Amino acid sequence: MLKTFPLGGVHPPENKFSESAPTEELPVPAQVVIPISQHIGAPSDPVVKRGDIVKVGQLIAESKGFVSANIHSSVSGKVAKIDGVTDSSGYRQTAITIDAEGDEWLDSVDRSEQLTKEVKLSREDILSRCHEMGIVGLGGATFPSHVKLSVPPGKQCDTLIINGVECEPYLTSDHRLMLEKGEEMVVGISILMKALGVDKAMIGIENNKPDAIEHIKKISAAYKGISVHSLKIKYPQGAEKQLIKALLNREVPSGMLPIEVGAVVHNVGTAFAVYEAVQKNKPLIDRIVTVTGKSLANPGNYRVRIGTPVSALIDAAGGTPEDTGKIVNGGPMMGKALNKSDVPVVKGTSGIILFPASESRRVRVTPCIRCSKCITVCAMGLEPYLLMSLAERDMYDIVEANKVTDCMECGSCSYICPAGRPLLDYIRLGKSTVFSIIRERNSK
Amino acid sequence: MSNLLNVSPSPHVHGKETTVNLMKGVLIALAPAFVVTVLFFGYAAIIITGVAVLSCVIFEYLIQRFILRRENSVNDLSAVVTGVLLAFCLPTNIPLWLVVLGSLVAIGMGKMTFGGLGCNPFNPALVGRVFLFLSFPVQLTSWPKPKGFLTGYLDANTGATPLGIIKENYGELPVSEIMAMDQMPGYTDMFMGRMAGSLGEIGALALLIGMLYMLWKKIITWHIPVSIIGTVIVIAGGLWLVNPSENADPLFHLLTGGLLLGAIFMATDYVTSPMSSRGMIIYGIGIGLLTMVIRRYSAYPEGVQFAILIMNSVTPLINMYIKPKRFGEEVNNG
Amino acid sequence: MNPTIVYTVASLSSLGLIAAAILYVFAQKFKVYEDPRIDEVQDILPAANCGGCGYAGCRNFAEALVKADSFDGLNCPPGGSEVMEQAAAILGREAVAADPLIAVVRCGGTPDKRPLTSLYDGVSNCKIANSLYTGESDCGYGCLGLGDCVASCQFDAMHMDNESRMPVISDTNCVACGACVKACPRSIIEMRKKAKKDRKLFVSCVNRDKGAVAKKACSVACIGCSKCVKVCEYDAVKVENFLSYIDYTKCVFCRKCVTECPTNAIVEINFPPRKVRNQEAAKA
Repeated sequence: MLKTFPLGGVHPPENKFSESAPTEELPVPAQVVIPISQHIGAPSDPVVKRGDIVKVGQLIAESKGFVSANIHSSVSGKVAKIDGVTDSSGYRQTAITIDAEGDEWLDSVDRSEQLTKEVKLSREDILSRCHEMGIVGLGGATFPSHVKLSVPPGKQCDTLIINGVECEPYLTSDHRLMLEKGEEMVVGISILMKALGVDKAMIGIENNKPDAIEHIKKISAAYKGISVHSLKIKYPQGAEKQLIKALLNREVPSGMLPIEVGAVVHNVGTAFAVYEAVQKNKPLIDRIVTVTGKSLANPGNYRVRIGTPVSALIDAAGGTPEDTGKIVNGGPMMGKALNKSDVPVVKGTSGIILFPASESRRVRVTPCIRCSKCITVCAMGLEPYLLMSLAERDMYDIVEANKVTDCMECGSCSYICPAGRPLLDYIRLGKSTVFSIIRERNSK
Repeated sequence: MSNLLNVSPSPHVHGKETTVNLMKGVLIALAPAFVVTVLFFGYAAIIITGVAVLSCVIFEYLIQRFILRRENSVNDLSAVVTGVLLAFCLPTNIPLWLVVLGSLVAIGMGKMTFGGLGCNPFNPALVGRVFLFLSFPVQLTSWPKPKGFLTGYLDANTGATPLGIIKENYGELPVSEIMAMDQMPGYTDMFMGRMAGSLGEIGALALLIGMLYMLWKKIITWHIPVSIIGTVIVIAGGLWLVNPSENADPLFHLLTGGLLLGAIFMATDYVTSPMSSRGMIIYGIGIGLLTMVIRRYSAYPEGVQFAILIMNSVTPLINMYIKPKRFGEEVNNG
Repeated sequence: MNPTIVYTVASLSSLGLIAAAILYVFAQKFKVYEDPRIDEVQDILPAANCGGCGYAGCRNFAEALVKADSFDGLNCPPGGSEVMEQAAAILGREAVAADPLIAVVRCGGTPDKRPLTSLYDGVSNCKIANSLYTGESDCGYGCLGLGDCVASCQFDAMHMDNESRMPVISDTNCVACGACVKACPRSIIEMRKKAKKDRKLFVSCVNRDKGAVAKKACSVACIGCSKCVKVCEYDAVKVENFLSYIDYTKCVFCRKCVTECPTNAIVEINFPPRKVRNQEAAKA
């Protein structure tokens, strides 16, 4: 029997239209807009000013504090302005706008395609290289990788888990990466293993990608300690805690990090970025983005420079279809709906999905019939119906007592609800309110 | 692009499941039992069910339109399900005005008083049924004998249900002799549905088919029916093993009365059953226990209806104290 | 006499006596002394438990009043000075006059002035929409129009205007309890001094973006041009973060800033119509 996590989960239609489309390189755009906050943690400090000439890979914003990440220029050209731009939520945040001229890279970056297997750097050097090159988790959460790789004192890590699950419907960028850059990715995994000081790595891939499983199995056979595991198709398997449960059968205690059970989880995209950073000295300036949708002409996967407008991506995939009603940045379950398509691609952009108007409105909300399907599908064992009704009535003390802080906002409850109730909307409200109440309480 | 984009919080896709589909699923699952009852009780079953469904729907519509004055939700089919379930626990030779009255109580008192679908603490169909049962015991306990499709409506030829027969003769005759009585149907008849009883409760096989359908379609989970039936088997089996001359065997308890109808369709009613699977099992055990207590030790031959209503009232308490198994709560990484 | 009756009466009576004794002992043991004035003060409070005083409910406020040495800073907005004077009389203290306040909505971005740029398709809850994105317009500061404030109002003093998609506050019903101020995730609603004839004059915008950005999102946005600051003779207007604010303790309702504002972001409500002055007519 295939491995999976035991509690909850849903299986939305996969709709992976772009899984057989090879990754294409998107031309360098005329202008890139690079926000200074593309990661979890403190926004970076710009180190260039208006009018500066920058090269591809040059540091343009320095990380501030430990939990933060460097940001590098993704094009060569002139800094046009450092000013507020609207980000994917419509709110303004500081970004560095660069007008592209040519494509001149920093000399230190090794741009050859040649595979470098030997890892020369020491453990500490790998960490500092990841920090220097601005590597963040590319699965979507954009947590700075060097933080994740630094095992806190007193904790033990014995297994590195590589997330190749891609449980979100529609998205295929990780799938394509595994097929096309498998060799590099596995070298990246061995680098990560060295950085963590572990001799065991497990790659979890869902069963709907048999070609990737075969391919990575073949490559990883040559490496010691790396094993590939095929998993049952079930959302949200890509969530850290669920993946650890599925692969290691260890349960991360409520409110704790995976390191508590001796595991560290990294995405396949991150493993590849780490390979590039460590072996090729290349900062994180581009990533693979899936552009897909039912009415899109050419759903595909594109390697794009960070800061490229989303609209350029959509144009490359055949332009915005007439019937588009919603554009989602990320997967359909956890992604963020955009209110306009001229926002930039950032480090955490894993996909752009265009929904036709007919699928872009929510279903009508009817009364809760207490069918308990939300409880059945909740992977964290929560009671979404209860959390929603409590949050609706501002009863946050009971919301907290019912473990709202464990919710990872996977959306399975809202997905399954036969009454179309906006469970996650209110749970998210309850969760953020409870977190601010906790912060306030702790500060006292 | 001229159209404005829609923006909403995630998730951006929704499953195919809707309230109406679930209700349709329940109706489909009830269909085999309906076929069985028509085969044994004739067109009267169709009349009773029709009247019950129609009056439930009309009462729900009227109450929403003229008393609650709010958007009508008759389309969600929940009133139809209530109507069918109410009809299923009535005998076929009941006067029609009682069916209408029962529907009014079921919908009016059992459901709309509390705010309609999703708010009622008690199963509406059972509220209607118990109201009729307590107010009109004579009409509610005269069961026609199953005579096939051409049985006339209000057929005068009535008989007792197997549970009634056994209750009447408890203490006077040993169970083995009661079972051998002429009027007592055999197990095959009970399994297929050839016995006196309420409309929908007779066909054990048909009800089990309905249960399998609902389990397959994931309309219900196994927890409630299995825990009810399991508890009944354990208790009845225990009593039977201790004293076989005074207690009927578990199979008899399983096949007679409203146990299967109750366990599969009434107790699993979403609104009035607990939310977590642990809670469902406690609820099921409670129903099984109460059913056996009432059947064996009270004046009533049948106890499923009361057992379910009593456990309905405990449901909020179960929901409050029995939480689902949380991820990462009790960690056992041994 | 029938011994059954005797036994029954005797046993029930003794049971009753024992119960009474237990009750008495516990009542004495757990007696809590409460100042009887708390009840008296609570009786005159409006019993709305609106929280406008800053306490959880009227009972807590009554306790605070009884405990306090002076009424400084204690005020019951719905009750107003009348209730506070009564409370002062009961407690033998001096009532402190507090200005009556009224809530105003500091956003003028009706759909005709603030074009829609997307359609919100989620729960009708401002907090949820606010944490998701800017709302249906490009203004990240303005009213979302989903009515959290209206839902929070216990005094039937607010309603959503369907045309402007903005909350409207009733001058007569608003008791300045402040529930809407707390409910608004964007802090658009402000408590301002209630003036005679319900006159109001305020900057109807809270957009702290640069002028050009604000103006692009909404034609009646405050662009922080400071013309109002220059024209004000009473030092009542300040501009901070590209946003003007009129201090109601200093404003004398001269209305000069209203005419000066290039985007009509400053509004005047319940004023008599202006006489068209020759100067302005000539300018026009």
